[in-house]
This record gives sequence, C-alpha cells and structure tokens, in this order.
Amino acid sequence: MLPDEPWRRLRRFTNARIGMGRAGNGLPTKHLLDFRVAHAMARDSVHSALDFDALEQALTSRIAHCPQIIRIASRVTDRAEYLQRPDLGRRVVEADIVKLETGEWDIVFVIADGLSAEAVSRNAPDLLAETLPQLSSLRVGPLVLAGQGRVGIGDEIGERLGARMVVMLIGERPGLSSPASLGAYITWQPRLGRQNSERNCISNIHADGLVPPVAAVRLVSLIRGAMKMELTGVGLKDRGQLIEGEAPD
Amino acid sequence: MAYSATVSGERFSFPDLRTLMARATPLRSGDQLAGLAAASATERVAAQIALADLPLKQFLNEAVIPYETDEVTRLIVDTHDAKAFTAVAGLTVGELRDWLLGDTATPDVLASLAPGLTPEMVAAVSKLMRNQDLIAVAQKCHVVTRFRNTVGAPGHLSVRLQPNHPTDDVTGIAASILDGLMYGCGDAVIGINPVSDNVDTMVHQLELIDDLRQRFDIPTQSCVLAHVTTALEAMERRAPVDLVFQSIAGSEAANESFGISLSLLDEAHQAALAMKRYTLGDNVMYFETGQGSALSADAHQGIDQQTMETRAYAVARRFRPLLVNTVVGFIGPEYLFDGRQITRAGLEDHFCGKLLGVPMGVDVCYTNHAEADQDDMDNLLTLLGVAGVNFVMGVPGADDIMLNYQSTSFHDALYVRQVLGKRPAPEFDAWLQKMAILDTHGRVRPQLDRAPRALLQFPDSAEDAHVAG
Repeated sequence: MLPDEPWRRLRRFTNARIGMGRAGNGLPTKHLLDFRVAHAMARDSVHSALDFDALEQALTSRIAHCPQIIRIASRVTDRAEYLQRPDLGRRVVEADIVKLETGEWDIVFVIADGLSAEAVSRNAPDLLAETLPQLSSLRVGPLVLAGQGRVGIGDEIGERLGARMVVMLIGERPGLSSPASLGAYITWQPRLGRQNSERNCISNIHADGLVPPVAAVRLVSLIRGAMKMELTGVGLKDRGQLIEGEAPD
Repeated sequence: MAYSATVSGERFSFPDLRTLMARATPLRSGDQLAGLAAASATERVAAQIALADLPLKQFLNEAVIPYETDEVTRLIVDTHDAKAFTAVAGLTVGELRDWLLGDTATPDVLASLAPGLTPEMVAAVSKLMRNQDLIAVAQKCHVVTRFRNTVGAPGHLSVRLQPNHPTDDVTGIAASILDGLMYGCGDAVIGINPVSDNVDTMVHQLELIDDLRQRFDIPTQSCVLAHVTTALEAMERRAPVDLVFQSIAGSEAANESFGISLSLLDEAHQAALAMKRYTLGDNVMYFETGQGSALSADAHQGIDQQTMETRAYAVARRFRPLLVNTVVGFIGPEYLFDGRQITRAGLEDHFCGKLLGVPMGVDVCYTNHAEADQDDMDNLLTLLGVAGVNFVMGVPGADDIMLNYQSTSFHDALYVRQVLGKRPAPEFDAWLQKMAILDTHGRVRPQLDRAPRALLQFPDSAEDAHVAG
C-alpha cells in the first residue's frame, strides 16, 4: 500500500469517503469492510417498520396545540409490494378515505414512513415542533400519518381534506452515510395526478445534514412563498435556499 | 397496423408498434408496473420474432407517439436523414442486427449512418440483441466530443468527478475535488449536484471550480447540475458556466414534468455557445437520462421504458452535447429491480445512444432499496469499459453522501482503465503527468511528495474564499 498521509488531512472537511489510500488500485481492506457495514445498515433500514403509536405520542408531547391526528394506510399490503408498486403507495386505501373529511384549511401536514422509518421517528416531531408555531396565521388542518405512503399520497389526502397546500414529510431512501434522512415536499392545490415539477422539496433533513430548526426556517419561507404566489414547483424559486432532493415519489 | 407471430403452434397478436416493442423488451419491473410487459416468456419471444421481420421503413410510417401531439416525435421525424438511411433502408430489424454485427459496419460507416436511424429503430434492434451483441456493436461506435479536452476517442475512458456535499459546503466539495484529481479523475467534467437549485449557490460553486481550473491550468470543464432555467439566470449574470446541464426524457409530456421544452433547451444552448468558454470544440451541453423517468412522471403513454429512454437520445442529439449520462440504477427497484436488470439496461442505453451518435457515459449505480451490490457494479463497469463507454462517474468511495446512492468510485475508474489499458482524455493525461499525478505507465500517485504543494492546499483556500465571500 502506498502512503497517503497528505490526503488524510482532507477528511476533516467532509464525510465523503476521501483520502482512503489504495491497495493497488483497489480499496484497502478496512475501507472495503466499512462500506459493507454501511450498506448492510442501509439495507436493514429500508425494511424496518415505523412505530406509529410511538410517533403519535412523540408528536403530541413535543408539539403545543398539536392538531388532530388521523391515521390512514396506503393501498400497499407489505414492504415488498411497497418497493415495486409506487402507484399503490400513492393512493389511500379505500376503507380509510372516510376518515378524511373536507374542511377549509390553508395547509395540512402528512407524515409517511417512506423508505426510512428511522428518519421519520427521529426528525419529524422536531421539525413540526419548530414549524407549526410559525404558522399561527394559517388554518392548519389535521395531521395525517400515512403508512406505506409515497410522496404522491399527499395529493389525494390534501384534496380530500380540502387543503390549499399539503406538506409531505417522508423518510428518504437511505444512503450509506445517512440512513435516516427526512424529506419535505410542498404542493400547492394538491390533487391526484400532480407532477413532481409542481412541488418544492427540502431534503437531507437530519442531525448531520439540514438540522430540523434550520429546515423549519426554510420550510416556513417556502410555505409563505407558495401562499403569496399561489403555486409551487419550478415556478417558485426560493431566493434564499431552495432545496431539491430525492424521496420515494 | 397489427403484428403477429406463431410460436409452437400458438399465435400471438400485437395491435400496434408500441405494443409490439413493449412485449419484445427484456423483462424489467418498470414495464410490469406500467402493465406493458409480455405476459409470458413465450409471448416475449413471439414479439421478438415479429419485430425481427419488421421492415425498418415501417418506423417511418408508424409513430409510437403521434406526430401531432408530441414535439419529440416531430423532432425525430423532421430531422430524419433519408440519405444516410439508404445504407439500411431495405433491411428488416433482424437483418439490421446481422448487418451491425458484420464487417461492413465499420466505425466510419456507423458514424455516417447515425442520422439515418430513428430511436425506435435502434431500440427495436437492441431488443433482439444479447448483451455481447450490444457490447460488440457499441465498441465500433466512436462518438468524440470536445470542450477543453477530447472525450470519447478510442483507447480513452474519462471520468466525471462528482464531489457532492449534503449542505453544499464549498470546502467539503473542494476536498473531494482534490481527492478525485489525485486519482486522475475529472476529465469528462467536474460536475456538482447542488442541494439547492438556487442561482447564488450555482454561481458560487462555478466560481470555486473555475478558480481551481485557472490556477492550475487544468484542461477540463465544469458543471453545476441545476435546472436549465437556473443556468440561464447564472449566464445572465455572466457566471463562469462551461456546460449547461438538464435532465431530459423521450416525450413532450415527460419533458414538461421536468419543466422543460425543446425551445427552452434551444435558448439555453444558444446562451451557452455565446459564452464562448470552450477552446477545442463547441460541445456545450450535458444531459442526463435514465430508464423509468417517463413512467415515474406518469408520462409513458404506453411506451416501454427502454424505447422511451432511446427517444431521449434524439433530444440530446439535436443539441450536440459534450456528455450524455444515463443514470442507470438511480430511480429504484420499481423500474430496474436488481443487478441483472440494471446491467442489461446499462448496456442497452450505451448501445442505443452510441448508435444514434450520442456521446454516452453511464452512471453505473444502484440505490439501497434495489437488489444489487458492488459486485453488480464491478460487472457492469467492466462490460461498459469493453464496450467503449465514453465516461463513468467518480464518486468518493462510490458513496454519494448527498444523493444517497452508490455509484462508481475513483478507485473503480483506475481499476477499469488499468485492466483494459485505457487512458484519460489526452489533454488531461498530459496535465496529470505534468503535475506528477500520473506516471508514464498511467499509474496514479507514484510519488506523492512531488505533487504541487499549492494544489494540496486548495481546500484551505476554498474555505478562505468562502469566509471572505
């Protein structure tokens, strides 16, 4: 193995896997095995289930004046189907539609497990606890917890609830360095069939990325922009820091 | 027009061309999701048999998406070069496969044929091919492009250095760039995926790379992969935009879901040319594609994902890009389920793009919810290297800490160059040798202590610039 000390110094600047040295042109064994550990953890994260009881408890205890909580499920029956049938993950199961009564709301929040249950349980209560007090001038509708949901399920939920805007908080697909990253998707006038270009997104919300208090500031700024311009998506360019990212759509 | 074939006494019918194409395509989860896949293995082969008998001329008569409703179809039809097509005008799809594999189809012949082929013809022939056919023919298709260096010449393999950071931290990005350069990567482009699609961020990142490039006289180009409308604003501000990036797809509706149209791309292309930042050639665009994006946007219109992907190359071709990158395993298992499907798709995309005259690179990659691992990536990377891919990705340790997926690493790039005897872009190769990063045998970092001290200090100065700015 060749000496790589000058580059090790660079590792303090980023969590990216730099300055690892080489065994020939390959990875040194230590780094090869580190990668396998991270991959194994991310794989396991995809298949872990969200504890909705614990989430509900965390939300009611963390948030002052917590909105009414409604629990619904998508049309997906199990995890394997969730991964292969995004169309079913975007729709509310027939039996739960009655729970979504039409009201007059400026905004509703939906929380879905997505691809990382841990991302939701660790970050969603904190993010909402920071965000909701800043929206006291808006009519905030019920908080919907959606099991096995994709981003698009917010469209149907928002439409049923009669909301002008939906904010979807969802576990992003786990990365090796960030198995628990939350995404927030904002959609003006949610209704079935909305396209991704009609949404704005803040991604990488987690302790080592965009921390919830900072994410909340950006989220509130986007929500205000959407209320003012009456749209979301590519037409809404945040002059602060608009974030684009990836989550199960 | 209806199509049919009989296999073992059973007759299979296909009502139109797009159904025939969809049923003939090798199995993948996205086509199953869209309800377009063949119902059985026998039906799939029957569709391939019917497709093999189809005269290529039929593709000029029957559009898979109507001319009247789709600007991509209009582009394909209106720019078809009938003269170039004459070389194969009398052939069926099956005969085209035989012809492509034969000695008549030399690199020069294939290059002059490209404008005579439509995406649907190319997608169709790929559906009949085995993986080795896709490799053998792609290897004969040389698509060479230039900006500040030369990408895609035979015997060379370039790398996009992808130094992403989850908070767009410039020092972290600079550290990854330096690491990549020290592994001989970055000749295709130094390309950052920004977290925020924001003009200020874009300009700041472009200035960071441009400062590095000018200080050390690096013969490469940079790109910040923000939306084309953001790049247009950056160019209005006279920011150092080398290449304009955009994700593209194979139909007007799918492109709309990306917030783009051909006229918007045209505007961006003209603006990038007007910047005149190139030195060797005026290939100023960088496009990304990937099977499943149209379906993901609910804009597949009954077209299988591989045919739709190939139509995206017609969009790319019009703007003479420096680089086109199919991000093959990025979207997830609902489109490409496992390593086997990702491998097949990567080889198809590379073949189809090259045959159409598009400078193809492949982001050999997967997500953590797909049934794939590094061994699958090693296999596909090696196959694509043999097939003559123009460029692949260089991501630190194969782990993109912003986009949360696994790609190929700087190490992987060294590996594939070594086992196949490939060199970086010639101008970049010379620079690496001048900087003592590469020795004359193409081995990287033989003598670390000879690398210029100023280059090693770069991330510190990026931090200073960031604080000052």
